[in-house]
Amino acid sequence: MGFILIMIFSLAVYAAPYSSQASHSAYQFALAALLQGHSVHRVFFYQDGVHNATNLAAPPQDEFNLQEAWQRLANDHKLDLVVCVAAALRRGILDEAEAKRYDKPSHNLASEFTISGLGQLVEAAVVSDRLISFG
Amino acid sequence: MNKKMLLISRQAPYGKSTAREAIDIALAASVYDQDIGILFMDDGVFQLLKSQKSQNIDQKNISSILSALALYGIENIYVHQESLDARTIRTDELVVDDLQLLNNKDIGHLLNQQDQLLSF
Amino acid sequence: MSILHTVNKSPFAHNTLFSCLKVCTERDGILLLEDGVFGTITSAPGADELQLLIQRGVKVFALINDIKARGLEEKLAPNIELIDYNTFVQLTLDHRCVQSWY
Repeated sequence: MGFILIMIFSLAVYAAPYSSQASHSAYQFALAALLQGHSVHRVFFYQDGVHNATNLAAPPQDEFNLQEAWQRLANDHKLDLVVCVAAALRRGILDEAEAKRYDKPSHNLASEFTISGLGQLVEAAVVSDRLISFG
Repeated sequence: MNKKMLLISRQAPYGKSTAREAIDIALAASVYDQDIGILFMDDGVFQLLKSQKSQNIDQKNISSILSALALYGIENIYVHQESLDARTIRTDELVVDDLQLLNNKDIGHLLNQQDQLLSF
Repeated sequence: MSILHTVNKSPFAHNTLFSCLKVCTERDGILLLEDGVFGTITSAPGADELQLLIQRGVKVFALINDIKARGLEEKLAPNIELIDYNTFVQLTLDHRCVQSWY
């Protein structure tokens, strides 16, 4: 058996699920990298990509549920799924703290996702061997 | 740690939020003291046009943000010459003075010097 | 080490592939995915330019699942290597960075 060099990846996801195939491609890439033994430092959701993080999506049962797939992957591999706060607030994706801060009636950030700033994308680009964008 | 990063902005302003949200990444990178350049290409060069009056469509003016890039320490601003030519835009119509005009070959070379590419 | 370009838009509808081809150097690679795989068929706009680049040493790849999903297996231009996500991951490591065109 040859030895495998473990590399650090981060992914940036810029497109909404269902409207576009790009988030599904990002998921497939993350899955393949992790199964090869590489490390995925962070998946950063920006622009319409933040819609991946709503817990209110209810796709038909016979369709692939991408959000559940992200959550399962995060759970199995301790993945850091980060949603950009500025992009999320504009598009109505809020965690409990932001809902309270802006006096909104409810919050909808799915479990396993966290809300943070754009600095997390910059940091991911700095510490990762490869940053791959899906949009 | 410092990495050489290039943001490639290819979308027109206003119709979609892509151009505006791309600039926010460049600003964030400069706040974190990273060496980031920006390349405007294809419809992205429309972002640089002077005399944008975006208040007519209730949006913030992208050209005034771009004219302040130097204040954020973003000094390497590249523009694809062929994209300007295809849109009959002259450099004196652009909001940034200190920019580097690149041909196709230059861009291929520039990409090959980066550690990370951020594409929009 | 060079650039891996990814293209995910159909060349029948977008100029994305052409922007990529303009700046692609002879040591770079191109991966077509999602609707980008419509660029693999012999009658696609840019198909001749793509073949020219392949002759000059550029490696062109397409994601096999995206090809199969769209029923394009019988329409492929020559010298385009069909790959899966495992190879996609490896390709990103074989190049110094990835430029995504969309």
